Amino acid sequence: MLYATYRRTVFELGVIALERLRHSLFKLKEWGAGSGFLLPSFAGVLLFFIVPFLMLIKISFQKSATISEFAGLKNYKDVLTNEAFIQACGNTALFTAVTVPAAIVISLLLALVLNSQIPGKSTFRSLLLTPMMVPVASIVLIWQVVFSYNGVLNGWTYQLFGLERIDWMKDHGQLLTMFLFLWKNLGLNIILFLSALNNIPQEVVESSLMDGCGSIRRFFSIRLYYLGPTIFFVGIMSLINSFKIFREVYLLTGNYPYGKLYTLQHFMNNKFTRLDYTQLSVAAVILSIAMMIIVGILFFIESRIDKGVEE
Amino acid sequence: MEENIREERRKQAILARHHIYKEKVQPQSYVSSLPPSEREEFIEKQRAANAVKLRRRKVKSSIAKVFGVIFLSGAAFIAIMPIFFTFLNSFMSSSEIEGNYGVVFQSLPGSTNEASRFIDEAPQLQLIPQEVSADQYSEILLKNPSYLFRYWNSILLTVPIVIGQLAVACMASYSFMRYRKKRREVLFFFYIILMLMPFQVTLVPNYIMNQTLNILDTPWAVILPGVFSTFSVYILTKYMRRIPKAYIEAAIIDGAGEWQIFTKVVMPNCKAPVAAMAILLFIDYWNMVEQPLVMLQDEGMQPLSVFLSKVNVGDIGLAFAACALYMIPPLLIFLRGEDQLVEGISQSGIK
Repeated sequence: MLYATYRRTVFELGVIALERLRHSLFKLKEWGAGSGFLLPSFAGVLLFFIVPFLMLIKISFQKSATISEFAGLKNYKDVLTNEAFIQACGNTALFTAVTVPAAIVISLLLALVLNSQIPGKSTFRSLLLTPMMVPVASIVLIWQVVFSYNGVLNGWTYQLFGLERIDWMKDHGQLLTMFLFLWKNLGLNIILFLSALNNIPQEVVESSLMDGCGSIRRFFSIRLYYLGPTIFFVGIMSLINSFKIFREVYLLTGNYPYGKLYTLQHFMNNKFTRLDYTQLSVAAVILSIAMMIIVGILFFIESRIDKGVEE
Repeated sequence: MEENIREERRKQAILARHHIYKEKVQPQSYVSSLPPSEREEFIEKQRAANAVKLRRRKVKSSIAKVFGVIFLSGAAFIAIMPIFFTFLNSFMSSSEIEGNYGVVFQSLPGSTNEASRFIDEAPQLQLIPQEVSADQYSEILLKNPSYLFRYWNSILLTVPIVIGQLAVACMASYSFMRYRKKRREVLFFFYIILMLMPFQVTLVPNYIMNQTLNILDTPWAVILPGVFSTFSVYILTKYMRRIPKAYIEAAIIDGAGEWQIFTKVVMPNCKAPVAAMAILLFIDYWNMVEQPLVMLQDEGMQPLSVFLSKVNVGDIGLAFAACALYMIPPLLIFLRGEDQLVEGISQSGIK
C-alpha cells in the first residue's frame, strides 16, 4: 500500500518535472528567436560601451591608469574640486537649460505660423530645414567672417547706426553659440511640430470653436495637450544635439576658448591630449550618473504625459 | 382577442404621437415677433453689421498673414544666408578674399597678431565677386591632391557607419518591438541612456576598447563604435511599435518564421524611417570632428572635417571652395530625400 503510493508520487513528480522542462524549453525557444535579432547590437554595445565602462569605473578608483592600487575617493575629490571642471559643468548646464526650452518655444512658434494658411508653406519648410544638412566645419568660416571683432556684422551696425563694435566671440560667446545651435536645429523641431499639429483631431478643434473658444485658449487647452508627447520628443532631440555644440565652439575658437565658452567637452578633450586617464574616467562616471538622473526625471514626466493623452 | 388588443395599442400610440406633436410649442424668435416693416429694417441692419465684422476679420487675417510671411522670410533668410554666401565666395579669386576678409582672420583669437583687432576698417560681405573665377576649385581639385584624399577618407568613414548602424539597428529594434518583457524594457531604457550620453563620455570607453583591441589609428577605430551607436535603435523602435499587431499575428498564423516576419512584414512598413535615419546619420557622421580627432592620430587618415578646421587659419583663399565642396554631398542627399526625411522623422515623433 505504502509502496504503491510512493510509486505514484514518484511518477507524478516525474511528469511534473517533464512538463516543466518542456515549458522552459518552449520559453527558451521563444526568447531565443527574439534575442537572435538583438545579438549583434547587444554584442557591440557590450564590447564598446558596457565592458570598457566597467573598466573605467575600475580605473577611476585607481591611483593611475597603470598602477592598480586602490586610491579610494581621492580621484573624485580631485575632479570635484577642480575649478575647470566646475566651470565647464556650469557652462554646459546653463547652455542646455537655456537652449532646450528656447528651441522648443521658438520652433513651436514657427510651426504655428507655418501651420496657419500661409502661401509657400513647403518652400519655407525646406529653407528652414536646410541648415541641418550643412556640415559645421564648412559653415564655421562664414560665421567667423560675420561675428569676429572686425567682422561684417560689426561693420554693418557701425556704418548704418554708428554703433560701437561688439566683440561677439569674447563678450557674448554664449549668446553666439546659442544662436548657432538654434540656427542648426530649429528645422528638425519645426517638422516634428508641424506633423503633430496636423495630427490633432479636427472634431475637437471644431467643437471648441462652436463653444466660442478664442485662439489663445484653443492653443493652451487643446493644442498643447495633444502636443505633449511631441514636445517631449523634441526636448530629447534638442538635449542630444545640445551636447554637440562643442564642434562649433571648437572650430570657432580652438582648444582653449574664453572662459564662458569652456564646455565639458573641452575639459575631456584637454584631458585626452594629456592622457590623464584617471581624471577622464572620474569625469565620465560623474557625468553618466548625472545623465542617468536627468533621463530618469525625463521619463517620469513622459509617462505622466502619456497617461494624460491616452485618457 | 389578441388582434383587438393590438388594435387598441396602435390607436393609443397614434394618439400619443398626435398629443406630443400638439404639445410642442412653436419657437417664437425675436425677428418673427417684430411687425413686418420693422422686421425688414432689422434684417438689413444685421446684414450690414455682419458684413463689417466679416471685412474686419478678413483684414485681420490678411495682416496676420503678411506678418507671418515677413517673420518666416526673415527666419528663412537667416537660415539660408550663410550657405549662399559660402557658395558665392567660393568663386572669388584668392587675392580678392585676402583683400576682403584678411582683417577678419587676423583678429581671430587663434591668430598671432591680436593687436590688429583695433584696426578701424569695416569689412564688407561681398554679395557678388568682382571677378568670377574658378581658381579656388582648380587649385583644390587639380593642383593639390590632399583635399581629394581627405574627401575620400570622409566617404570611407561615413558610408560604412551608416550602412552598418542601420543593419544592426533594424534587427535590434525588431527584437525590442516583438518582445516587451520586463528585462527587455530595462535593456531598452539602458539603450536610451546610452543614446543620450554626451559625446565625450562614450568616447572614453571607446578609446579604451580600441586600445585593447589594438585598432587605434585604423579606420575601424571610428567605424566600429559608430556602428553600435544606439540612436537609430531608439527611433526605429519607436516607429515599429506603431505597426499594428494584427499584421504580425496574421503572419504568424500563416506560418511565418521570425526572419520572414522581419523581412516581409516589418521592414517593408519601415521604409520611411529607415530612409530618414540614413539621411540623419549620414549628415551626423559626415560632420564628425571629435572621434577622428581622438582616434586617428595619423593626419593622412583624418576626414575633411578635421582638416578644414586647420585650413581656416592657414590659407583662407582656398577655404571657401573647400567648404563648398564639403557641403555638396549632404545637400544633394537632402534635395533627393527631403520628403522621406520629413515623413519618417515626423512619424516617429508623434507617439
